[in-house]
Amino acid sequence: MREKRFVREIMEMKHRTMVLSFVVGAIFFVLLLRLWHLQILSGEDYRSMSENNRLRFVPIAASRGTILDRNGTVLVSNRPSFSLAVIPQEVKDKDDLLNKLAALLGLDRAEMADRWDKAKGRAKYYPIVLASNISRDQVEIIEENKMRLPGVEIEMKPVRDYVNGNMGSHLLGYIGEVSEDELNRPGFEEYNPGDYIGKNGIERNWEQELHGSDGGRQLEVDARGRVLRTVSESLPSVGNSVVLTIDSAVQKSAERAFGDQAGAAVAMDVNTGEILAFVSNPGFDPSLFSGKLPADKWKEYLEDKRHPLENKALTGQYPPGSTFKIISALAGLENGAINDSTSVNCTGSYKLGSSTFKCWNKHGHGSTNLKKSLRESCDVYYYALGERLGVDLIAATAKKFLLGTPMGIGLTNEKGGMIPSTEWKLKRFGKRWFHGETLPVAIGQGYVLMTPIQLASMTATVANEGTIYRPHLVKRVVDGDGKPLKEVKPEVIGTTGISADKFRLVKQGLFAVVNEPGGTGAAARLGDVTVAGKTGTSQVVKLRDSKQGTPYQFRDHALFVAFAPYEKPEIAVAVVVEHGEHGASAAAPIAGRIMRAWFDSKKPPKKAAPADSAQDDETDEETPPNGQEERRP
Amino acid sequence: MIDRRLFTNIDWMLVGLVIVISMLGIVNIYSATTPYKIIGAPYYVKQFYWMAFGMFIALLICSIDYHILEDFSYWLYFLLVLLLVAVLLVGRRSMGATRWLHLGFFNIQPSELMKIVIIITFARFFNNFHAPGGMTVRDLMFPLGILAVPALLIMKQPDLGTATLVVLIAMSMTFYVGLRWTTIVSFILVTIPTCWLAWSHFLRPYQKNRILDFLNPERSRLGSGYHIIQSKIAVGSGGLFGKGFIKGTQSQLRFLPEQHTDFAFSVFTEEWGFIGALVLIILYLSLVLWGLNIARRCNDRFGSLLAMGVTAMLFWHIVINMGMVIGMFPVVGVPMPFFSYGGTSMITSMVGIGILQNISMRRFMF
Repeated sequence: MREKRFVREIMEMKHRTMVLSFVVGAIFFVLLLRLWHLQILSGEDYRSMSENNRLRFVPIAASRGTILDRNGTVLVSNRPSFSLAVIPQEVKDKDDLLNKLAALLGLDRAEMADRWDKAKGRAKYYPIVLASNISRDQVEIIEENKMRLPGVEIEMKPVRDYVNGNMGSHLLGYIGEVSEDELNRPGFEEYNPGDYIGKNGIERNWEQELHGSDGGRQLEVDARGRVLRTVSESLPSVGNSVVLTIDSAVQKSAERAFGDQAGAAVAMDVNTGEILAFVSNPGFDPSLFSGKLPADKWKEYLEDKRHPLENKALTGQYPPGSTFKIISALAGLENGAINDSTSVNCTGSYKLGSSTFKCWNKHGHGSTNLKKSLRESCDVYYYALGERLGVDLIAATAKKFLLGTPMGIGLTNEKGGMIPSTEWKLKRFGKRWFHGETLPVAIGQGYVLMTPIQLASMTATVANEGTIYRPHLVKRVVDGDGKPLKEVKPEVIGTTGISADKFRLVKQGLFAVVNEPGGTGAAARLGDVTVAGKTGTSQVVKLRDSKQGTPYQFRDHALFVAFAPYEKPEIAVAVVVEHGEHGASAAAPIAGRIMRAWFDSKKPPKKAAPADSAQDDETDEETPPNGQEERRP
Repeated sequence: MIDRRLFTNIDWMLVGLVIVISMLGIVNIYSATTPYKIIGAPYYVKQFYWMAFGMFIALLICSIDYHILEDFSYWLYFLLVLLLVAVLLVGRRSMGATRWLHLGFFNIQPSELMKIVIIITFARFFNNFHAPGGMTVRDLMFPLGILAVPALLIMKQPDLGTATLVVLIAMSMTFYVGLRWTTIVSFILVTIPTCWLAWSHFLRPYQKNRILDFLNPERSRLGSGYHIIQSKIAVGSGGLFGKGFIKGTQSQLRFLPEQHTDFAFSVFTEEWGFIGALVLIILYLSLVLWGLNIARRCNDRFGSLLAMGVTAMLFWHIVINMGMVIGMFPVVGVPMPFFSYGGTSMITSMVGIGILQNISMRRFMF
């Protein structure tokens, strides 16, 4: 029975081969029809296309998207630039052509040859860029000698125009030619050698948005390379624009405030994490990087002691100095080691075992409570606190502020700073923690390191009493027509869990720093807006005595962190002046100017607000640094 | 070892067709690679060696009764699936895809072998399978599972062309056994969401681009759109009689990509015109029809299924490659059997021919 069925089925199958033969025949017939159509009906058209003409593709580079500040002011746009390209397929004698080009245009022959060789293996019809950013004069010479230079093309490409020159160079970054390595990475399939991509800063981290997609023109050319007609054209699509959280007015005045001094400043919206200014001074000229950087300029950058190519706001890790007392104080309050009335008698130094730790004021501060300890930045108070707490409790509080790890600002290579603990030391050095090492930590020296971004975030978190927002630089992405595509929402990345009353105690101290007699931060006063802040000086090298004669690279860093208005904080600022020596005199005025610019830019222009809001209104003018210098022994 | 009677039963038609097509292929490769600067043995010489080696392997396969394959089928299947997994784990990367397994002195491409193994596995399954009135959807579940594992693994490499071929071969065999109408309808209903799923989850951006480029060649000026346009110009400009041997401008000036491998047919039609193409198509059609004829004449179900599978493999290679060259299919990198340059393709095709020959020779033994 079963056998019989199988026999029937195999008969059915065999029958199906006949049907299949017919289907196969039909499909082959369709292929043949198509061939008939191509070769017989349209044969002449294709023949003329193949014999007299060659199709050639001329890529049209897409314009990169622009970069705007929070108010829509253009920071980076594009302008046209010309480059010299060659289509290898049309060149008979490569050496001869290179010689001619070198002679006519004064271009570097070896470099052109090098670029040519690098493009080996790519389609012969694809133009190779031999020299980019050539001058209009050179363009003219090429046009005049076109007949002698078969295969040579001039490509017009939009190039980056950094509208404000050096301003925000570290933040904006620069673009450069895509490297071979990058071309081999996933996500870069659509790129060709000679294309420009973001190498740094916003240009790099928002490359996918900014890039746009290239178009191209399919040209019909005759055997000599003359263009007969355009067969088809696909227009490039402009990259999307990126709207930053930066306020260019604030950014500008921050950079001006630095002058020639090296350092970094980060200003942040206390209630969103939006970065309002992101300064690393000195900057560089980003447009030099997209072209060919002149050797002397490069040398100059490299030899500058202030390291203009280093993004100090992103990668600078500094001992926070006395600004870290904010963390120590909170750790003390949190763990019950102190309260607002606890006082310590400062005699100018503190003894622990056989070592003596000095206060910056060798005459001593006398009886010092929490508020006074912050106002006058008494070190002895924090030595005592540190001894009571131990390093791990300080570290735990610092970790609540997410210090010690990168904050995820959205730029590559952000550094994380360093929060030491007994466990860390054991792991890192295989040694146990010494009690004497805790004392420098409590005043922000020793192993503690923070980035300017972290300093700003810490300050903002104190200002808003415990919410940590992710610091971010981009507000939204819009398309070429300004239509919003992507909105970056404020993101809470943590809360400290420290109660508001403890924050308030510390904030009162910070208020006193700027506004009370004896406070170290008077230089940051604004008049109409109340500021609270903390100075810091971080030791670069331990010297017996620091005199005016200290060489630049050994001078202390000056720090200042602040927020304003005190009553309802909006902006937090962190300033680090490298080798600026004193937070009070070098960093606080810069922070003041940044905040000034922010409040001015928010106000309708020229409508002087009466100075009635300040509760502690004892000064009518910004007081000059009052000699309350803060100095480490 | 070899039964003497077998020699008298050699299928000369099969041998003749394969030799003629292969020789035409070698002549064509000679022309297609003229513009290349070659270090070492020229391509056409190498192709000749591959052909000889392939025929030797086909001969070896003929010498063993194909019924043995039935016993080994599932083992072969598991071995190949393991190899495919191994490829993904430790395979050699080249051009963005991981297809090769490096075994010291030689490299193998398990996805290529899978084409043959899926034929054997399906033949084994359907041989013992009984579905009066055609298969229902439930009957298809097991073969579908057998198919899905290697197909997904190959797609993951990613090698869309080979994955498609494996699926097409398996589908052809299934249709050969017979389906109910309801099955076919449900199959169509399932295919649509599956395609959507594949599009959104499995296809790499470049694969999507190729499909989009095919639908609109102008989309990609330098990518696969370019290939399709240039290939169409080559084929079209061939006209009725062609431009003559080594006279194809499209190929000699190297406008064509991969002109000795995937686009070999394009070179051939440019130089030999519609007449040449007609001859080649007739040769291929004869090969496929002869394969079906072997399947029809074979008196055991396993052999018939095996023959059908091999024929389907050859058929789909030919149709997809031709379709691609003349702009009817997307550029998927499927070679023309015996005609495109390449050892792997030649060996796989010859293994198939060996199996067909094996079946054809033994048809009188039952």
